[in-house]
Amino acid sequence: MIETRGLRKSFRSRAGRETKTVDAVRGVNLQVAEGEIFGFLGPNGAGKTTTLRMLATLIEPDGGEATIAGADLRKDPAEVRRRIGYVPQGGSTWDESTAREELVLHARMYGIGKADAQQRAVRALEAFQLTEYADRKCKTYSGGQRRRVEIALGIIHEPKIVFLDEPTTGLDPQSRAHMWDEIRRLRSDGMTVFITTHYLDEADALCDRIAIMDNGEVVAEGTPAELKREISGDVVLVGLDLAATPQAAQALDGESYVNKLETADEGGLRLYVDEGATAIPQVLRRLDHAGLELRSIELHRPSLDDVFLTKTGRSLRES
Amino acid sequence: MKFARDTWLIFQRQIQLLLRNPVWVFVGVFQPVMYLLLFAPLLKPALNAPTQAAAYKIFVPGLLVLLAIFGGLFQGFGLIAELRAGVIERSRVTPISRLALLLGRSLRDVVSLIVQAVIITLLALLFDLRVFIGDLLLAYLMLALIALMTSAVSYGVALKVKSEDALAPLMNTVAQPVLLLSGILLPLTFAPGWLQGIADWNPFSWAVDGTRALFAGDLGSDKVWQGLTITAVLAALGVFWAARQFARSVR
Repeated sequence: MIETRGLRKSFRSRAGRETKTVDAVRGVNLQVAEGEIFGFLGPNGAGKTTTLRMLATLIEPDGGEATIAGADLRKDPAEVRRRIGYVPQGGSTWDESTAREELVLHARMYGIGKADAQQRAVRALEAFQLTEYADRKCKTYSGGQRRRVEIALGIIHEPKIVFLDEPTTGLDPQSRAHMWDEIRRLRSDGMTVFITTHYLDEADALCDRIAIMDNGEVVAEGTPAELKREISGDVVLVGLDLAATPQAAQALDGESYVNKLETADEGGLRLYVDEGATAIPQVLRRLDHAGLELRSIELHRPSLDDVFLTKTGRSLRES
Repeated sequence: MKFARDTWLIFQRQIQLLLRNPVWVFVGVFQPVMYLLLFAPLLKPALNAPTQAAAYKIFVPGLLVLLAIFGGLFQGFGLIAELRAGVIERSRVTPISRLALLLGRSLRDVVSLIVQAVIITLLALLFDLRVFIGDLLLAYLMLALIALMTSAVSYGVALKVKSEDALAPLMNTVAQPVLLLSGILLPLTFAPGWLQGIADWNPFSWAVDGTRALFAGDLGSDKVWQGLTITAVLAALGVFWAARQFARSVR
């Protein structure tokens, strides 16, 4: 559905007198299959939105190629526009208009006739449970209602692919869960959904496949399960006093069952092991033997944050 | 065909929103009405005009051109609000004609200007202004061209600066000298030679002269076709430039 090769974009920014070039996206290669929810995960400023805006024909790439729903992004952006829907991050509705008016107008901007546009609006209002508010001005809507209108706008012309830029940012937990259902519904209607997010749980729960982006590059790509499997095995968190941490690290480093060991700044260790259940007793014995007292021990399955951490050396939560 | 349809679509939408809040048309007309009621009566003695009606024939055309220039130049603010709301970005991902996005809006501005011009003209009739209807319609055409140009330019600049804080001083800086150098408030026949020399380079001064000739019933005057030609060319250039901004701009 989407294939990109070496997509690049840099911006010139001016700070005081000097201009410097910021490479926002430095060569992105992606493959998105038909009918999947593809997630673009990364911290703010990683280049997710820039990539998305390039794919949605809003900014021109400096280099690279892309094919979107069979149309060539560089040679035929007009055709790409006809085949995609795009829902921007910061909203796209006008305060003084009603949802119905916005939907009809937007459909007509795609060249759809008036009667057809009106019918589509009715169906979209129904599908997104907006019928009740259809003729109220957008400024009276709640955040969740307004976001639903915006998504309805993005798909009013039944595109093959819809791009959603941070669709759940700023929504309360309930609206967020609701939005996830809406997005899954798009997939079951046969659409390919491309979302950006900086929420780990969202990427994990919602996306069929994800690409992790950092600093303008894709650092990992795969299904959430695959990516987590790459972090072979489990993670054991050992809670220790700051003073005891170096000694414990020394004691455990080089043990055959520890694949990788990291020290937390606030004290404690993070051990990557093959099998948590068998590693924990050995860790306990080793620390006991060394005469070290531990405060807690926890086993957890690797999260996407662990994937991010191993790929970039930083935690997504920190960045 | 598609272009005409797209323009009509945007125009319809903009008119619909304008009618929902028509107060802005009247706010826009408030200042010129004040000039008409509180400033124009000074003109008969000041201009040494034989009658009040004669003074109005000189003043009202200038006032209408002023309205067209200012009304147009400040339309960019509305566009900045639309940019901020994401409405423009949403339009840009559709295959709609870029020129239609601009022209649909500018045509709304032209319509709202003509409504304002009619209000002013009707009020001026109360002060014994008399104009031949054909001449008046040609004068309105001139005003429409001016408004088309200034509003298009204002949209183009708005797309470039993207902030009200930059647009307001910019537009004021442009509008003030243009206003003073076009003989809008008083005819430049009173001006010293050097000032007239500069004003000759101001296209709006030609527009004002042309409109005055029409109000004077002097249809055959060279000033009429000169004014119309100059404003038509400027309107075309303004729309061309602004349409390029629409096609190119990022947000």
